[in-house]
Amino acid sequence: MEKFTTHTGVAAPLRRSAVDTDQIIPAVYLKRVTKTGFEDALFASWRQDPAFVLNQPAYAAASVLVAGPDFGTGSSREHAVWALRDYGFRVVLSSRFADIFRGNAGKQGLVAGVIDEADLERVWNVIEAQPGIAMTVDLEARRASIGDLQIAFDIDDYTRWRLLEGLDDIGLTLRNEDKIAQFEARREAWRPRTLPVP
Amino acid sequence: MSISDASGIPERPRTLAEKVWDDHLVVKGEDGQPDLIYIDLHLVHEVTSPQAFDGLRAEGRPVRRLDLTIATEDHNTPTLDIDKPIADLTSRTQIETLRRNAEEFGVRLHSLGDKEQGIVHVVGPQLGLTMPGITVVCGDSHTSTHGAFGAMAFGIGTSEVEHVMATQTLPLKPFKTMAITVEGELKPGVTAKDVILAIIAKIGANGGQGYVLEFRGSAIRSLSMEGRMTMCNMSIEAGARAGMIAPDEITFEYVKGRPHAPQGEDWDDAVAYWRTLPSDEGAVYDAEVYLDAAELEPFVTWGTNPGQGVSLSGAVPSPAGIADSNERAAAERALEYMDLAPGTPMKDVAVDAVFMGSCTNSRIEDLRAFASVVRGRTKADGVRVMVVPGSARVRLEAEAEGLDKVFTDFGAEWRFAGCSMCLGMNPDQLAPGERCASTSNRNFEGRQGKGGRTHLVSPLVAAATAVRGTLSSPSDLDPLPAGSAVGSPATAGAEA
Ligand code: SF4
Repeated sequence: MEKFTTHTGVAAPLRRSAVDTDQIIPAVYLKRVTKTGFEDALFASWRQDPAFVLNQPAYAAASVLVAGPDFGTGSSREHAVWALRDYGFRVVLSSRFADIFRGNAGKQGLVAGVIDEADLERVWNVIEAQPGIAMTVDLEARRASIGDLQIAFDIDDYTRWRLLEGLDDIGLTLRNEDKIAQFEARREAWRPRTLPVP
Repeated sequence: MSISDASGIPERPRTLAEKVWDDHLVVKGEDGQPDLIYIDLHLVHEVTSPQAFDGLRAEGRPVRRLDLTIATEDHNTPTLDIDKPIADLTSRTQIETLRRNAEEFGVRLHSLGDKEQGIVHVVGPQLGLTMPGITVVCGDSHTSTHGAFGAMAFGIGTSEVEHVMATQTLPLKPFKTMAITVEGELKPGVTAKDVILAIIAKIGANGGQGYVLEFRGSAIRSLSMEGRMTMCNMSIEAGARAGMIAPDEITFEYVKGRPHAPQGEDWDDAVAYWRTLPSDEGAVYDAEVYLDAAELEPFVTWGTNPGQGVSLSGAVPSPAGIADSNERAAAERALEYMDLAPGTPMKDVAVDAVFMGSCTNSRIEDLRAFASVVRGRTKADGVRVMVVPGSARVRLEAEAEGLDKVFTDFGAEWRFAGCSMCLGMNPDQLAPGERCASTSNRNFEGRQGKGGRTHLVSPLVAAATAVRGTLSSPSDLDPLPAGSAVGSPATAGAEA
């Protein structure tokens, strides 16, 4: 995974709450078997509306999404994160994220930063006053700045550390290989086994 | 929240969730690091696995525990003509990819046509693989279903699927716990589905965020395993990571004798351990919620998230009454999408389709409940009614009981097993603007087909709605003509 330290890019305002994963990427796009190439799928049905925010030229190069509370609710599909990433987003800020979405984001190098609901409104106002304005997101300091506005965002220590270091989870876990084997040696016999097939 | 006992005994009372968590600790995380948790059972399906298998292949890693892994085909599978090649090329590719991956890595797979094929959350419990005190994961948010057995079960993303395949563990921070207590007796015709919809409406579609919900109280204890699975299944719709119910005799009875249930001495050991799992007296939860069972009524959704629900006897609410501005805007948008006016009685809402299926309500007991209402009746004109069993085995069981005949006589389509119109990845979809009473779990915009409108309901409400063509409960139905050979719908409360 690529390291993430700071990022500067155009911020897009998504003034909607409870953006569920079926909106981020409709189920029909989940049929693909690849992990990339989902840019066309992002917000696919909303993007058919010419007035949708991402269709406005000012946000064509957006890489920071500023969304209403409860972003990413619903299904566990990591495709939602892939679609955001493939479209070009590196950061999503919201006042609340669904748990699975936040976890998935952290695994794919997408920063999901939690900001105050009051800050959310302030950031939207700044962006809408100056469409196309860039935001700088500093993961180390957990701060974002846009125009004259400076805001703090929250991301848990462990995810931040992994993103800063660009560390892959499986590699980290396999450092505990001996502990996993010890655990397996003491597992009870009654626990389920899928094999052999009865 | 740790409480040390006055007697100096360090053991503090623990919740069910804490006990299962503690018993799966491989490494206790320190300094803000997550714990490393062992996974007892990994369920796999075609949608969220291809990229995980690719990841393993790229690193030259095997699936660490093939004996703790099982796959089935469900999301894309057609429910008609299952012996023919799948017409949709991308669906076919995804299924064929799973078949190739299963073959290459040695994963047990139940393919379309196999008698154990079906929705992954129906298959696990039915095989006896789901049992109390275990950890279960799957690249699917409704893995919470398995918590009905007193298991810790939750959905994961594809990166985590790969992680579990490679290591049989997951790095995780402990979840918070929320006790949801439902005391008292449910009225006839009020089912597990109504209870969970009422809970979600009460705590909100994000009210459970970060929590494991533990459903408790006399109303929960009186539910069958199918009802408990319906409850836990929809925990995710309250934003929770998982739902759990303490195992009891009803649980043991359900597991006993299934193909993968422990046997002989293992069974005795297992039951002895399972009896230790219920939350201790005095265990502290991070949050608590109470509901009075006797006050609950059949419940339906009016909006586009599962928290937007109301009693069936109620009316479409007015957004003007919602204080929170974000929620008000969401409600306004939902009403526009759903084409509903505030104040409309829910029972006046006419539907185009009824979908009886999904991992929420497609088990044999759900089909029996639906059949108990439609038996001897004819569906409303112009309403499309689809009954989709959760697994091939449920289908066989239903046919052995003659339920298929009840459904087809009624005018419903009797289909093969799979997710079907729950999310419409296969051809079973709503057309734009079509309105559906659905026993599934999500009413998001476009969930059942682009532009489709979904009302979440229980099997009993789905059945009565199919009879009348408008959202209805069995108590709204005219009695069957005297002397008709079948039972009255008054017995239809059996599911509760
Ligand atoms: S039935 Fe619906 S909710 Fe359940 S696994 Fe299938 S698609 Fe997901």
